[in-house]
Amino acid sequence: MSEDFLRIAHVSKRFGGVTAVDDADLAIARGEFFSLLGPSGCGKTTLLRMIAGFEYPSAGDIFVEGARITDLPPNQRPSNMVFQSYAIFPHLNVFDNIAYGLRKAKLKRAELRKRVEDALAMIKLDGFGARRADQLSGGQRQRVALARALVQRPKVLLLDEPLGALDKRLREAMQIELRQLQKSVGITFVFVTHDQEEALALSDRVAVMSGGRILQIASPRELYEAPNCREVADFIGEINFFDGVVRARDGERATLDAGAAGTMTVAAPDAAGTKLLLALRPEKISLSAAGGRVAGTVAAAAYLGERSHYNIRIAGRDAPVSVAAQNTAAQAGHKVGEAVHLDWSDDAVLILRS
Amino acid sequence: MRRSRIGLSLYAVAYLAFLYVPVLFLPLFSFNNSVFIAFPLNGFTTQWYGQMLADSAMLHALRNSLEVGAITAAVSTLLGLLAAKALTRYRVPGGGAVLAFTSLPLFIPDIVLGISLLILLNLAGVPLSLVTVIAGHCLICIPFAITVLMSRLDGFDKSLEEASLDLGENGWMTFWRVTFPLALPGIISSLLLTFIVSFDEFLIAYFLAGSEATLPIYIWGQLRFPYKLPAVLALGALILVASAILVVIAEWVRNHGIKDGKRAVVGA
Repeated sequence: MSEDFLRIAHVSKRFGGVTAVDDADLAIARGEFFSLLGPSGCGKTTLLRMIAGFEYPSAGDIFVEGARITDLPPNQRPSNMVFQSYAIFPHLNVFDNIAYGLRKAKLKRAELRKRVEDALAMIKLDGFGARRADQLSGGQRQRVALARALVQRPKVLLLDEPLGALDKRLREAMQIELRQLQKSVGITFVFVTHDQEEALALSDRVAVMSGGRILQIASPRELYEAPNCREVADFIGEINFFDGVVRARDGERATLDAGAAGTMTVAAPDAAGTKLLLALRPEKISLSAAGGRVAGTVAAAAYLGERSHYNIRIAGRDAPVSVAAQNTAAQAGHKVGEAVHLDWSDDAVLILRS
Repeated sequence: MRRSRIGLSLYAVAYLAFLYVPVLFLPLFSFNNSVFIAFPLNGFTTQWYGQMLADSAMLHALRNSLEVGAITAAVSTLLGLLAAKALTRYRVPGGGAVLAFTSLPLFIPDIVLGISLLILLNLAGVPLSLVTVIAGHCLICIPFAITVLMSRLDGFDKSLEEASLDLGENGWMTFWRVTFPLALPGIISSLLLTFIVSFDEFLIAYFLAGSEATLPIYIWGQLRFPYKLPAVLALGALILVASAILVVIAEWVRNHGIKDGKRAVVGA
């Protein structure tokens, strides 16, 4: 039951000849923080707008708690939205912005005032009721938009890149606030973003979208550690790809020949001769002067504070191998031109079938 | 450098003088104690204002013009608002062509428009009256209304209207609670603009008014009688004062009215 709190059943949206969303099929649980992640134009905002009721699906249906809402206009849906531009009404003050939807509900004056003031307290803007929209900072406008939606007590809160317009420091602070808020109100959040770090930091689960299709739906850890295709692996974080061929089998395990990257033994069911795409995250590779699997030279080095980033050129491979090393010691890392050895554990290798 | 600045200043002063000095002759001669519009001035009088107030035909024409102008302004602004809303908010099939066609009356000479409308009304057997003048004026005023209102509606974030729907209001209440207050400065501009276009329009009114006369038609008729001219000047002076007040009000609304919804989306 709770698995199917918000169900998007084979929903597609076409604009003329362009397919913006292609057969999206997913279920979101009650109280879940669910993100739609993808580059601009991947269809994530169109999917969100279909849940809100601003776009009508070309095919498929949307259900909330088992009730079909596909044909309901936006004003009758159990969802509220935080817009990318925040859409704070410029002709109303903060109090009237937050009270906008409550006036419709014909609450008693005292009840209305209390609900708005509680909402202002929740977003830590007590006493800001009389301010006009143009007297607020970006972060304050974002919080007013959030309060205006939450005061409606929606079953689902839809957020369209709500942190996109904020600067980095404020964005990180708001991420933490947003996550705490979601836990305390217990409302299901559907969050659209193109920022993969943001999606990983905030979400219970993430749907990665590209070209209108949903590529993978998984927890942040699973997306990063076990992407199901090349596109997801490439989009989430940084990664090195290798081509490999199965040479021999030994029960559950297969021995692979990965060309310049050498041979490795991994758990894979594929028969000898099968071609596989292998992937390795930069931080899973260790560098040392002494020895390892593969020898190479440092082509580029960047010091990033808590870690350093290297591009290592190895024989028999055009693209340099990307390596990330934690700067645990204060001494200098490897220099450009230095000879180094790369090493990694066989278990760190991801196998992608494409 | 300095020389060219003086040159430009002289040009600016001459330009403003060319624009406004002729207009100032109106109030000046309306108080001049002579039937002839010529210098030197003879002396101060208010008799022409008295004559104007006694001229019932002129007052009738003024009333006609005010009526035609007010109804034209209301009708063309209302229709313009509906068209502007449709063109800026919905995917209208052939929206560009619709806009081009509604703007066409701006580019057709009024004399051609006046004659064609006269022929059409004759063929249809519609008697000429102030109603036909209003219809003709709406035809030329609607493009102005659409242009003014489209730029206003384009000027604010359309997610404001979506936010209202999202917060539970229906389309009609969203219009009254969000679109209308935000578009109000544009609506007032449109009302003033279309009123003025209608108020001093001559050609179409001349063809379509029948036995009635609007003020421009009446004044045109009076030019044959020199002794009536000073009263026309007195009326002109009053209209000038009224227009100046209207312009001040319009500017005040523009500056002190509702602030733009588009401004400062990101204000840290």
